[in-house]
Amino acid sequence: MSIISPSMQRTRARRVRETLFRFAAMASLVFVVGPAMWLVIEVVVRAVPHWHWNVLTTVSQGTSGGLENAILGTLVIMLGVLIIAGTIGILAGIHFAELARPRRNGKASGAVLRTATEVLSGFPSIVLGYVGYIALCVGLHWGFSLLPALLILSLMVVPYIAKATESAIRQVPTNYREGAEALGMSPGYMLRRIVLKSALPGIVTGVLIALSIAGGETAPLLYTAGITNNLPSTSLIHQPIGYLTYYVWTDYNQPTNEAHYVSYDAALILLVMVLILLVTSRIIVARTQRHAEGNR
Amino acid sequence: MSVVGGDAESITAIGPIRRTSVVRRIGALMRSNEEHVWRWSARTAAIIPLAGLAFVLSVLVLKAWPAVKVNGFGFLTSSAWQPGSTYGAVVHTNGVAHPPGSSYGAWPLIAGTLQTSIIAVLIALPISIGTAFALTERLPGWISKPLGFFVEILAGIPSVVIGLWGVLTLGPLLAQHVYPLVANHVPNVPILSYFRGPTGYGEGLLTSGLVLGLMIVPIIASTTRDLFMQVPPLPKEGGEALGLTDAEVARWVTIPWVRSGIIGATVLGLGRALGETIAVAMVSGSVLGHVSPNIYGTMTTVAATIVSQLDSAATDGTGFAVSTLAEAGLILAVISVLVNVAARVIVNRTSRLSAPVGRDS
Repeated sequence: MSIISPSMQRTRARRVRETLFRFAAMASLVFVVGPAMWLVIEVVVRAVPHWHWNVLTTVSQGTSGGLENAILGTLVIMLGVLIIAGTIGILAGIHFAELARPRRNGKASGAVLRTATEVLSGFPSIVLGYVGYIALCVGLHWGFSLLPALLILSLMVVPYIAKATESAIRQVPTNYREGAEALGMSPGYMLRRIVLKSALPGIVTGVLIALSIAGGETAPLLYTAGITNNLPSTSLIHQPIGYLTYYVWTDYNQPTNEAHYVSYDAALILLVMVLILLVTSRIIVARTQRHAEGNR
Repeated sequence: MSVVGGDAESITAIGPIRRTSVVRRIGALMRSNEEHVWRWSARTAAIIPLAGLAFVLSVLVLKAWPAVKVNGFGFLTSSAWQPGSTYGAVVHTNGVAHPPGSSYGAWPLIAGTLQTSIIAVLIALPISIGTAFALTERLPGWISKPLGFFVEILAGIPSVVIGLWGVLTLGPLLAQHVYPLVANHVPNVPILSYFRGPTGYGEGLLTSGLVLGLMIVPIIASTTRDLFMQVPPLPKEGGEALGLTDAEVARWVTIPWVRSGIIGATVLGLGRALGETIAVAMVSGSVLGHVSPNIYGTMTTVAATIVSQLDSAATDGTGFAVSTLAEAGLILAVISVLVNVAARVIVNRTSRLSAPVGRDS
């Protein structure tokens, strides 16, 4: 006959399980943060010892040279995506949040458009790139150039911006609208001056995250933007454009050390650009949250 | 004097004044119809994703059609990947021109896509829930906030940079120190024998799955963390008052409360893993034509194949190789869309079935 009663056994088992659970939670945090830090440190360690500042001011020669063309190209691509996808995405978000809603009973009027947007957000980017290559570069004879790249990348990130805009608008407090209506504002004026203004931080955050996605993409660009070692030109079509991810992807397994350095440098610059975008968006969120709390 | 000055001003200013008045009139018109302007432009913008999706799918179907006619249903089960001879006379099958000896099968690509994505989700889901739990329940705010931000940043790191780390650092390290250890100590029983055998050089199925897992963890973890924070404290405190441990509160209160959200985020991550291209192209070994015999072997996925083969496919004068890639892309698109639709169905069903009492839907 055992001294430990069944209930005590059960208690011990629960205690063990609790300890294991806490340990597993901490361990999984380590498994996420550890590799992430390792990755960032690894990129820095690979790039910094051979870093020359003239990487920023000289153009690439493929497997050697600088990255000025790629940096400017990536910035141009981001700017283009900001203009195209920013406009479309924000307007689509307004549609989903404000205009597609009034029918309260039954289905929302925007169900089809909303489903299409969600399906597009999960659509494989390489397939979009393939279609861009077939239809725009080859089919319309635009060649590898900026415009097909922008259209495909915009198609890719519009759902993100629309989603961010929609949820930012949804979070605007109802009494703001009621106040505006009580003051006799027209719906359009209220949308611009009250709703969009309060939702702006959320929208900007979504746009910045979309830009970081666009700047970090490789697959859809390879077959739409092409590649060139020249600086970005002003023409939208017929002129290929360089971008950072191409050099990371191509040069890491070239035979020369110089090529490896180009790859590591491009990875480091990409990382810094993306970090700037993400940290900026984070600061915006933190500041507006503080203001919101202060208002209460 | 003032009259003269006023005259002189109005004479010189006729042009500008008229122009501003037109601008003002348009401005006034827009303001009076502002709601219509917003409505019209917003609706147009909202149609663009649908139009783009329809365009993409129709281009894909049109381009894939010749390949579908030649490859038939065997495309889904065959493992061959032979472009055929570019020098021989062009052959016609079902009215479609293709090089002699060309034979394509997508089974290894489909299998590779599903295998890597399943490995990624199996790894990422428990780790994400654990991470979310550690961030919301175990750690004080001053450390959990920066760590949470770090997890979010991980979601933004370009996939090509993660692939670079995977192929240069993680893969070789695992192949040298970890994989042999596992392969030599795993018993030779039906399922675990999959972990035995040659471990390769770090480019292959398991490395791809791990890298993909790392890429989708932030998606699932940051959503789960936000969901955990939305669970009101009262039910949790009620659980504790009944004598539940933290683990039991998580198991019986917190996770059921947000289950549909976690499933949604997981499927979102699965979708990303299925479509991820560059990172997998870098760490999978990109070997066509066979399904990996064990979990370490080289392989490829649909997405990685499209990106690595399109260049050489474009050299096929008959256009058949490019068409075959469209067929592969179509399969990938169908899988992704199905996963997305399944996610919506699951989320709708579970949120209806398992809604705990008191939760506002």
